[in-house]
Amino acid sequence: MHIYKTHVLVCEGNVDAIKYSYDIFNEFEYGIKKNKLTNEVKIIKTKCLELCENNSIIIVYPEGAIYENVQRNDVDEIINEHLLKGRIVKRLLVNKSNENNNSYETADFFKKQTRIALRNCGVINPEIIDEYIAYDGYKALGTVVTTMEPEEVIDIILESGIRGRGGAGFLTGKKWLFTAKAKGNIKYVCCNADEGDPGAFMDRSVLEGDPHSIIEAMAIAGYAIGSNQGYIYVRAEYPVAVQRLNIAISQAKKLGLLGSNIFKSNFTFNLELRLGAGAFVCGEETALMTSIEGKRGEPRPRPPFPAIKGLFQKPTVLNNVETLANIPMIINKGAKWFKSIGTLSSPGTKVFAIGGKINNTGLVEIPMGTTLREVIYDIGGGIPNGKKFKAAQTGGPSGGCIPTQYLDIPIEYETLSNIGSMMGSGGLIVMDEDNCMVDIAKFFLEFSVDESCGKCPPCRIGTKRMYEILEKITKGKGEMDDISKLEELAKVTQSASLCGLGKTAANPILSTLKYFRNEYEEHILEKKCKAGVCKELLDYLIIEKDCKGCTKCKKACPVNAISGAIKKPHVIDQNACIKCGACLEACPFDAIIRK
Amino acid sequence: MESLKELNKFKNIAIKNMNAKKNNQGYKIIIGMATCGIAAGGKKIMKAFKEALKIRNIHIPISITGCVGVCRLEPMADIIDEKGNKTTYIMLTPEKVTKIVQSHIINGQIVAEYTINSANSIF
Repeated sequence: MHIYKTHVLVCEGNVDAIKYSYDIFNEFEYGIKKNKLTNEVKIIKTKCLELCENNSIIIVYPEGAIYENVQRNDVDEIINEHLLKGRIVKRLLVNKSNENNNSYETADFFKKQTRIALRNCGVINPEIIDEYIAYDGYKALGTVVTTMEPEEVIDIILESGIRGRGGAGFLTGKKWLFTAKAKGNIKYVCCNADEGDPGAFMDRSVLEGDPHSIIEAMAIAGYAIGSNQGYIYVRAEYPVAVQRLNIAISQAKKLGLLGSNIFKSNFTFNLELRLGAGAFVCGEETALMTSIEGKRGEPRPRPPFPAIKGLFQKPTVLNNVETLANIPMIINKGAKWFKSIGTLSSPGTKVFAIGGKINNTGLVEIPMGTTLREVIYDIGGGIPNGKKFKAAQTGGPSGGCIPTQYLDIPIEYETLSNIGSMMGSGGLIVMDEDNCMVDIAKFFLEFSVDESCGKCPPCRIGTKRMYEILEKITKGKGEMDDISKLEELAKVTQSASLCGLGKTAANPILSTLKYFRNEYEEHILEKKCKAGVCKELLDYLIIEKDCKGCTKCKKACPVNAISGAIKKPHVIDQNACIKCGACLEACPFDAIIRK
Repeated sequence: MESLKELNKFKNIAIKNMNAKKNNQGYKIIIGMATCGIAAGGKKIMKAFKEALKIRNIHIPISITGCVGVCRLEPMADIIDEKGNKTTYIMLTPEKVTKIVQSHIINGQIVAEYTINSANSIF
């Protein structure tokens, strides 16, 4: 049997149209013969395809293109364009009325954002340098190297007022200035891509979606401070980011955008990756540099600051991924433009990774000064299932909880630290009424206990002791003086720890104690967890009048703590109960409650 | 790269190449391939697009991109037409891909129920 490449189906239409479809059919047959396509194309007459309001539907396979209202003089075009050249004749396709607002940019979620650091994420192909250049990539580096003095570059960054996006919010321009002024011929530029906060992933997103922006920004920093060597310290847990960075670096080298004599100048800059093994403390600047040197990642006392004595004891500038992603845009559009976004003390935008009890989890980039309410309700879409907002945690394990009364404060570095939280790297975890704040504090502290490097005792021992007290409280064994013990320990850890990790580890406890002290007291005095989270403080009870005695709960209980005869109300033995909740799920009559 | 002028020249060529109709349909497909996209099945979607196009004998460039921030809607794909109109499809499955290729790429009909606007009720 001969196999045809293409099939043309001509609809016979209804009775009135048969004559007409014969014309079309004949026209096709003639055209196909004329173009010597008889061995490739088969024309088939079909019964009404019922696709048509108008008759004369033609379908061409293998594509499956459906043409409507085909006239005799259209046949030539279909043969020439579609059958011969393989181009579908768009003007003859069925009903072309399409709305054009189906792209993600038109969704409300995006309309309220201002994208600077994430400008290319989801737009360009990160593995092709051409696409980055098509979006003005490496223009800033070219401008800087060919037309500006290093001091001018630092001036622009200083004037823009951009502050470190890694958490502390130190002026980036000042960092560059100090390093540029430091004595020494060898200096380094480092990029902190050791993103460790639970729930934050904006750095990964930039590295994966726009790696060239980091390379370009680091080269600019290198030119500004007089450095020829850069290191990107990236977590090994980000394999896609590592792969794309490697591709990007080799592409930039190939085009002469990294290496020696960039843009025919005397400026030489090389870039290398260093993989972190996943220690949270290596996101701290001195520990990160120690780790790049090949030693165990532990912090050291400051001063001397990295700007004077950093990597390999040389002056070093260390910037966060998100900070660097802003730099090319500041050079291209000017400091004034950047200052016009955000607020006076915190210009620009900040990326937040919204998570927890919120409808639209994901990454958002907002101008500084946006209120928490706008982020959570307008962009984030509010809390699911109509629950009430209780608190938002910013800054991960180093940050604090922000309660309802501060929903309307503008998000800035100072306002957040004034209310006991911090900007941090931009994790934003939303909590509703079902979250127990003591449990939340315990969760973040557990993270700090695990990640404490152990070098200094206040952090190593302090976090552990605080964790033990919190555990005691959530198990219903807390006493009132535990709260004062917690406060004392928190203050010591805060003031005596060596690095930022220890200094901020107590923040989750201090802020929850400040705003949700009543919950701590409930746990200690009433031995109750109203949010229903702390297992040991819960009681499962059978409501006698609702219980039909179906025995389902009795069968579901793994420890045989439920007794009762068939069709008689059952009872849970509270001493034997392990609070697993199996009975609650098994009960078909909602007769079991958790208190 | 020796000068800003040369960079600019390179840029213009890059823009031209990005917009070039290297294919017979004038479409371009971009699939979200950040960690979130890959984890949600982006590679399977890429394969499904390639297969669906191949059996229909259609050549369209398929590109990848990073994360746009709505990781919960991955796997996502943008289809850009010759005029530059972008349609974002969300939460794709190989079955949805077949329908999108058939309906949108062949017959120019956007599959409204799979686009990001269909998720707007939860935005």
